[in-house]
Amino acid sequence: MELLMAIVIGVLFTAAVYLILSRSLLRIIFGTGLLSHGAHLLLLTMGGLGGTSPPVLAEGITDYADPLPQALILTAIVISFGVTSFILVLAYKTYSKHQTDNMDLMRGNDEHD
Amino acid sequence: MIFFPVLAAIFVPILFRKLKSIHTGWFVLIIPITLFIYYTGFIQTTMNGGHAISSLEWIPSLDISFVSYIDGLSLLFSLLITGIGALVVLYSIFYLDKTREKLNNFYVYLLMFMTAMLGIVQSDNIITLYLFWELTSISSFLLIGYWYTRDGSRFGALKSMLITVFGGLMMLGGFVLLGIMGDTYSIRELIANASNLVGQEFFILALVLVLLGAFTKSAQFPFYIWLPDAMEAPTPVSAYLHSATMVKAGLYLVARFTPVFAVSEVWIWLVTGIGLLTLFWGAFFAVKQTDLKAILAFSTVSQLGLIMSLLGASAISYHVDAGTALFKFAGFAAVFHLINHAVFKGSLFMVAGIVDHETGTRDIRKLGGLMGVMPISFTVAFIGSMSMAGLPPFGGFLSKELFLTSTLALKDFNLFNFSTWGIIFPIVAWIASVFTFIYSFYFVFKTFAGKRKKESLSVEPKEAPVGMLIAPVILAVLVVVIFFIPNVVGDTLVNPAVVAMQAGLYSHPSEVLVHVSAWHGWTPELLMTLGIIGLGSILFLTMRKWQPLYNLQPELLSLNGLYDSLMMAGEKGMNRLSRLYMTGVFRTYLIYMFVSIVVITLATLFIKDAFKVDFNSFAPLNAYGILTAVLLILSVVMILTAKTRITAVIALGGVGYSVAFFFVIYKAPDLALTQLVIETITVVLFLLAFHRLPELKRHGESKGFRLGNFIVAAGVGITMALVALSAHSQKLIPSISQFYKDTVYSEAGGGNIVNVILVDYRGFDTLFEIAVLSIAGIGVYSMIRLKLPGKGSTDESK
Repeated sequence: MELLMAIVIGVLFTAAVYLILSRSLLRIIFGTGLLSHGAHLLLLTMGGLGGTSPPVLAEGITDYADPLPQALILTAIVISFGVTSFILVLAYKTYSKHQTDNMDLMRGNDEHD
Repeated sequence: MIFFPVLAAIFVPILFRKLKSIHTGWFVLIIPITLFIYYTGFIQTTMNGGHAISSLEWIPSLDISFVSYIDGLSLLFSLLITGIGALVVLYSIFYLDKTREKLNNFYVYLLMFMTAMLGIVQSDNIITLYLFWELTSISSFLLIGYWYTRDGSRFGALKSMLITVFGGLMMLGGFVLLGIMGDTYSIRELIANASNLVGQEFFILALVLVLLGAFTKSAQFPFYIWLPDAMEAPTPVSAYLHSATMVKAGLYLVARFTPVFAVSEVWIWLVTGIGLLTLFWGAFFAVKQTDLKAILAFSTVSQLGLIMSLLGASAISYHVDAGTALFKFAGFAAVFHLINHAVFKGSLFMVAGIVDHETGTRDIRKLGGLMGVMPISFTVAFIGSMSMAGLPPFGGFLSKELFLTSTLALKDFNLFNFSTWGIIFPIVAWIASVFTFIYSFYFVFKTFAGKRKKESLSVEPKEAPVGMLIAPVILAVLVVVIFFIPNVVGDTLVNPAVVAMQAGLYSHPSEVLVHVSAWHGWTPELLMTLGIIGLGSILFLTMRKWQPLYNLQPELLSLNGLYDSLMMAGEKGMNRLSRLYMTGVFRTYLIYMFVSIVVITLATLFIKDAFKVDFNSFAPLNAYGILTAVLLILSVVMILTAKTRITAVIALGGVGYSVAFFFVIYKAPDLALTQLVIETITVVLFLLAFHRLPELKRHGESKGFRLGNFIVAAGVGITMALVALSAHSQKLIPSISQFYKDTVYSEAGGGNIVNVILVDYRGFDTLFEIAVLSIAGIGVYSMIRLKLPGKGSTDESK
């Protein structure tokens, strides 16, 4: 199962980086979304995918899934959501101000150097 | 006492503002005179081979404190600094106008400099020595740039700063190495340990670094170039800093460290060789100059080279037995000439300043025939120049003879290949002396003799005021006095200094048996002097014919040209370099980052042999997992290939839900819940902003562009996959999760382990995660409400 997850993570990162490197602002935002998914799954995989029952205390069960990565991921999900919504609005503002979403056109001009 | 001048400097601005009717210099004058008298009190001590020591703790835990150690060498320098300092202050009172000049600045800098110089020569601790060393660089920078509205001043100040600070930093490196090797920062202890230092690995490196400091400060070849440009400073500054004191700091350093380094052959070769080269070079180019102060600057360079070469030769006395007294001779000659030079060069600079002050120009081509109107200045200039040329009956003659004796002795020295190369030394020294003779005559006679050039002078020349003449006259008198009583000077000042410089060779100053006399028989050096006078006179008389030859040297090939083009190339090159990688395009920086991540991670993985996959620990494959993975990958591909925004948004939702499925499969119910909710909100957000967002466009991304992106992206993807596998397969220590599982009910009273971790065990994470969410909310809100001026404002009203 871990091998499969490694492949999934690889695909997610590849796609995310590819999108982030493109010139369109919107695609970059999609890329960051994918990047956070990749990171979350990476956290989960590194912790180990064993465990037959969820980490909720119950009689007679000893083989819980590892709770610590889950707690970390939960925090990460919320934070990445906050960041994603923020940059989405930022992108919208940028677009309405500059009338372009081409990253190559958004660069410091010489007077700001 | 070292800090006396700088503490007194605090009162200078107050006096300058409150007492406008009296020239501030009069108050300042008290300080060097007091110090001079104070230091003369030590002469008796050093003549008896003793020393005075006092210390002030600074950083005792690092073994750094201000230790003032006064022996013959420090005393000699201290007397020069305070004595000439007093005369220079006196001179400056008449040179600088009290209403037009910012005297408060001038005297504060000057006093700061005086403290720094006293600190250099008296410090026993090399770290504080370095501190004072840089203080001289800084105060010299301030003094050269005193008339800061002139371009030349600023250029000269910057150049001298760059070169001397470069040397200073090199020297610091040498000091630190010495401190580590000798396990002490005290110069006296280093000297005592000198024999243990020799064999050590970094000995030669430390030697070269310390010498770099000395050579840059003392304007030796090829670092002399800052000195002629420093002539933009007011003349009292040139007289004080750039002839008598600061440029001798390097000589002091060489003299002080001679007992440490003299055992090394490299030291002797470098100090003697560079000294002679500088001597020749400076003398040769002094004849080319047309500015009075430039002639003096090159002459200073040349004379410093002379003293430096003598210091190098004196180091040889550590290698030969006591029977060969000739090399001890060199040490004596060095110190003796150092005094002579400080005296006559100070007076010459003052005369140059007087000429400038009274005629309005320093250009030697416009001057001439001033002998009649300025008789006193002429006399002083004549005495100074003749002493510089090395003629009797002036002090310079004696030291010149001693110098020739020492160089002649060099050729008989048969260690380290000196016997084959040694013959060069007296020849070079002789030719340099001929040039010295020429420029000395050139300086005095082109200025004062010949015809008056009335049309080229803007003002009518007249003799300087008496006050301005006092200081140069005192110095000129000293020049003559030294000639007639050399042995008094030798016994009181030079011998104790030589004992300090050649520590371990003498036990008492009276053992330095050098007897200077004006007439010492028909020795080879006297014949050489006669030759110098003969050839020098011929060349001086025919100077008009051959001086233009100097113009043949192209400006670019000179050392100044080299310096200028080095600075230009540095600036331009750096600019071009940073423009090359600082493109301003976001994507470029991202590529740097991603490529570094890939390269560094993969390299570490394989170099450290950290990559390992342990198939046994893998959880079994299950069908749901495979299905979800396929779903996820398909959604990802859909985002990549999407032509419209709506497809991409939906596909992004698809990815999010697949991730939620994974959480379900891997027994993470809370995660799955959160992921589902968050993903839904995200998609809703995207849809809300939908029609205001730009279309998905390629912006003309070419195939090559996309391929490049893909290679980088695939690199990152593969790296992360390998990291995931590797990290999973090797766990060096057991997880702490067992603790949570065991204590979740007994300690925290909860059943849901994840939730208990979030709010109990690791509650701080949650607190700040809430903060992040609030900040993001405030940010989003204020950004939407924010009215930006300009084009987009109409768009927001929709």
